[in-house]
Parts: sequence; structure tokens; C-alpha cells
Amino acid sequence: METMPRWADIVLIPLINLTLALLVSALVIALIGENPVAALGVMVRGAVGSAYGWGYTLFYATNFIFTGLAVAVAFHARLFNIGGEGQAALGGLGVAIVCLSVPWPHWSLALPAAVVGGAVFGAAWAAIPAWLQATRGSHIVITTIMFNFIASALLVYLLVNVLKVPGSMAPETPRFAEGARLPTAHEWGAWMGFGRSAPLNVAFFVALACCAGVYVLIWKTRLGYEIRAFGQSEPAARYAGIRPVRIVMIAMLISGGLAGLMAVNAVQGEAERLVIDSVQGAGFVGIAVALMGRSHPLGVLLAALLFGALYQGGAELEFEIPAISREMIVVIQALVILFTGALDNMVRAPVEALFIKRRKGTA
Amino acid sequence: MDMATLIQLLDSTLRLATPLLFACLAGLFSERAGVFDIGLEGKMLAAAFFSAAFAAMTGNVWLGLLAGIAASVALAALHGLASITFKGNQLISGVAINFLAAGLTALIGQTWFGLGGRTPSLEGAARFQDITLPLAGLLEPVPFVGPLYANVISGHTILVYVGLLTVPLTWYILFRTRFGLRLRAVGENPGAVDTAGVSVIGLRYSAVLICGLLCGLAGAYLATGLSAGFVKDMSAGRGFIALAALIFAKWRPWYALSACLLFGLLEALGNRFQSLEVLGVTVPTQFMQALPYILTVVILAGFVGKAVPPRAGGQAYVKER
Repeated sequence: METMPRWADIVLIPLINLTLALLVSALVIALIGENPVAALGVMVRGAVGSAYGWGYTLFYATNFIFTGLAVAVAFHARLFNIGGEGQAALGGLGVAIVCLSVPWPHWSLALPAAVVGGAVFGAAWAAIPAWLQATRGSHIVITTIMFNFIASALLVYLLVNVLKVPGSMAPETPRFAEGARLPTAHEWGAWMGFGRSAPLNVAFFVALACCAGVYVLIWKTRLGYEIRAFGQSEPAARYAGIRPVRIVMIAMLISGGLAGLMAVNAVQGEAERLVIDSVQGAGFVGIAVALMGRSHPLGVLLAALLFGALYQGGAELEFEIPAISREMIVVIQALVILFTGALDNMVRAPVEALFIKRRKGTA
Repeated sequence: MDMATLIQLLDSTLRLATPLLFACLAGLFSERAGVFDIGLEGKMLAAAFFSAAFAAMTGNVWLGLLAGIAASVALAALHGLASITFKGNQLISGVAINFLAAGLTALIGQTWFGLGGRTPSLEGAARFQDITLPLAGLLEPVPFVGPLYANVISGHTILVYVGLLTVPLTWYILFRTRFGLRLRAVGENPGAVDTAGVSVIGLRYSAVLICGLLCGLAGAYLATGLSAGFVKDMSAGRGFIALAALIFAKWRPWYALSACLLFGLLEALGNRFQSLEVLGVTVPTQFMQALPYILTVVILAGFVGKAVPPRAGGQAYVKER
């Protein structure tokens, strides 16, 4: 039964949720004795007020598109993949191995190889929780959380004992060769004003392609239909001849692969080496992004842009108003997850009631 | 390994197991009532910060403890509001609470103390002091048992003993009282409890608030007992280890104690030795750190005894119309 128009579901409610989250954030800023309006001004200017800001905003957004799509694809199969963090970390390992093992002559060859490396490693890290969920019924939320910690320990071990530059103290791999370096925004977008410092690179376009790819996959293919059917009702899907094990595995492999692709941007594109904690919480931001974007690629793209701006704006905020530390971003992110995810019904129920009342009034 | 090392190891095992134990029992109450809680970590962190902050400001660790518990219970109430009243996704609510605590503690810490998210170091009455159990000095010369009693059992802060006593208390409440029976029933079959005329919402809220109380103790012990003050992100995944211990213990109190002691021992070993030689193979410290998580996955996979969660866990209760 349709209780309210589609636009209310996909536009109005997320907007109300977001507004509530931002209002509470403003309250937090006011409570620590700063001016929320001024803070908002600094953030907006810092994030989108200059080409410099855009260079960072879009770079962060690229990470969040990958991790957001990862969570979104799993959501369609009603799987909550909380392991984006670990899958992206393993993706980093895959990208690093690809970049370091071959003396790449040109980035156009290194990029596709790194995409494969990151995706395969990310997917592999998602495969075990997926298989356990599909065949043994182990709760995927718990197993993916555990795999985040295992991934973190594994990477620390590998960086400290195996991949480190011999003789160096820093637990990081050698710098990737010049041929594996991805062109940054300065090289292809200098005419738009991007400076040398902008970390934005061609991985952004890979992310956009993934958005399109996920859209086609979920809504235009048979597999996507099966994933959605499985997510809507497992018994119905099973009755229709859809094999649950297959869908859980495929959805989680795609999800892990997308999370792993984040490393193409963060490891190959920006750091140009694998460092400890290359993911920096982006896997978790993906949850907020997927929730806000209602698991739709376009929504994910917009939400990722918003969060990219939030991260860059937050960095500027700490610079301009030192009393507001960088953790303000984490608070805002938490509130967005809270209001768009957990407290969704708080807004939805009254809005639905309002629409039902209006419909009765007009009928 | 000589006796002194062994005693040190066991002593720190007990210290490190205590926050896990509180958080694990916290999760036990909540999940037995059918409310999944992956926000143990956040509640612990919030309690750690507020207990240290108030202890530092008032110089009284008991006021700190109260503040820590209040913060944790407030977050638990938020979890209840989202997952019981508004029937939201319990896992997502837990994720949000973890972030909220991580962000707010660092932000408020910087505003209040300006030490980069730390609180000032606690000393004297602003910290829980080690207490010596009776006869510890007298018994120490007795071979084997004496040092064990004097150095492992005795000489902890009061919260360690509270933690150990919470285990039988939890067992008693859950398995020997009417409240406990109803609480477990609400996690298995809320419909039946509702039919019997007992409030599902009330039971679930009380479980979630007890969970908040225990997480508060876990966090307060972390900041005012185990260490002397709060540092950013000091819970460092302990809430998730506690969650792992809970699954490892198959949602039972006495097993929870053993699981927490085991994971405490693993942490103590990891702290004490950079690497361990086991049967001629060098085990890296990172493997020790990952071991609780690996063991939990193995248990969840059902290869070594199957862990079956409460049947109604994770679902909001909707009365049929």
C-alpha cells in the first residue's frame, strides 16, 4: 500500500533527517561555545569555495562513493556489510602488490591492473564472511566487524615485517614507480584551477563509472533483479528458484570489490605507497553514505559529495576555529547515521500520517 | 617462564579482563532481551571520558564513576529510543552511537581541557586505588598459593571485585528471578510475553538501561582504574572484543567470565612479549591481537560448538493488530 508519494520517500524524508542531524550538530557547536552559523560558513567556504577546496572535497568524495556503493549493493540483498574498512584495507594491499611488482610503463596500463588488484583483494576479504553467512548462517555483521580487526592486525604485521623498506623505521612500502602514478587534477584539470596540491585524481572517474555500473547491475540486469528479490523476501526468492547461497556470495563479492577499489584512489592516487591505516574510517563513512543515498547510486553519489565536503570543510574548520576540533566531523557523521538510519521512523511515521490525512481530506 | 613472570601475567590478565567482563555482561543483558548492541564500544568510551573528566574536576573518583555511568546510560537510552520505541535498525543505531561517542569525547575533551582530547592525569582520590585483601601479607610466604593470593587475587581496585561479583549476580538475576525469566523470554518470543500481559517495551528498556549501567562501569574502570585518565579512543576496540567474548560465551554469564579471562590473557601476553615461541614457531604479536576475533569467527562458523543467538534478537517488536 502506498502511504505517501514517491518524492516524499526519496527526497523529503532524507532532507528532514539531514536537517535534524545538522540542527543537532549546530546545537553541539553552540554548546561548546562557538557560533554555528560562522562555523557553517567556514565549512562551506573551505569545502566548495575554491578550486583548492574542491580538489580535496572530490578526492574524499571518491573514497566515499566506493565505500558507499559497497554498502549499498549489500543492502539491496539485505546484507549489512560493516566490513568496508577491512575490505578497503585489503584492497590497499592488492593495489600495492600490483603497483610494486611490475615496472609499469604508463598509468593507463597500471590503472586497470590496480583496479583488478584492489577489487580482487577486497572481494576476497568479503568472501569468507559471505560464505559463512550463506552456508553456516553466521551473522554477517559480526563476522565483518571481526574481519575489520583481523585485517588491521594483518596489515600491521605485513607492513612491519614484510613490505617495509629494508632499513627504514616507517612501516610503509616503498614509493610506487613513476609509471604507476595516476594523473592528478592539476594535470588534466589545471584549466579549472586545480593546483599541484590537489589529491583529486583519475580514480574519481573510476568511481563515477562504478556508480553507473551499479545502477545498470541492480536495475537493468537479471542478477540485479535476483539480488533485489532476495533482499525483499528470501522465501519468495527461494520459491522463484533463486539460490540464496549464490546471491549472498555474489552480492558480498561485489560489495567487497567496490570497497577494495577505494585503494585505487587513496593508495595509488594519493599516498603512492601503502601506509598503516590507509582507509582512515572511510569504510564506516560508507554506511552513512549508503543510508543517506537510500542505496541508489545517484543518492550515493550525492551523499558522498556531501560527506566529501564535510570532511574537507571540517579540516578547514579546525584550522580557522581551533576550538572546534576535527572530531566535529565524526559527530556530524554519527548524527547523520542516527537520524537517517536508526531514527528514520521518528520522522517517517508523522509524515506518513500527514499524507494519509491529506488524502482523506481531498477524497 | 618463571613464577614471577607468570604471576605478573595472571595479574594483568585479571586487570585487562575486567573492562571486557563488564561490557560483555552488559551486552548479555541487552542481547538476551532481544536488542542487539554493537554500541558497547561507544558507551564504554563515553563513560571512560566522563568518569575521568569529572574525577579530574572534582577530585573524587566516585563522582567520576557516577558521571561515567550517567553518560553511558544516556547513550543506552538513545539506543532504546531508536531500536525499541522507533523500531529502527539496532545495528545502525549501534554504529551511530559508536561514532557519536568517539566524536563527542574528543570534541568535548578538547573544549574542556585543551589537551588534544586527553583529560589531566588522575592521582590520589581521583583514581580507584588498589586494595589489599585481608591476610595477603600474612599468606604471602606460603609456597605457590601465597604469592598467587597476594599478587594475583589481592591488590586490585574495587571495580575488579565488583566485576567478578557481577557474574554470579547476572546469573542469579537471569536464571533465578521472575524478571530474568521474562527478560530471556522477551529475547526468544516477545509475542508470548506480550500475551501473558507483561510489557515487552518495559522489559527491553530495562535490559538496555542495565546494559548502559554495566558499560558505564567498564568505561570508568578503563579510565580511572586501569589507567590514570582518558586518552582519545582509549577503548581501542575493547567493546568489540567484549562482543566477541559474548558470542564466544554463547550468551551465558559463567562462560562470559572464562571468555573474558581468555581474551584478557591474550592481551596480557601481547603486551608482555613482542613475539612468542610456540612449538618452535614464532607467533607475531599482531596474531595475538587478532586471535580473539579469529576465535569468534570460528565459533560463529559453528565448527567448534555452535553459537545460537537469542531468537528474537535484532527485531523490533510489533504488536499484531
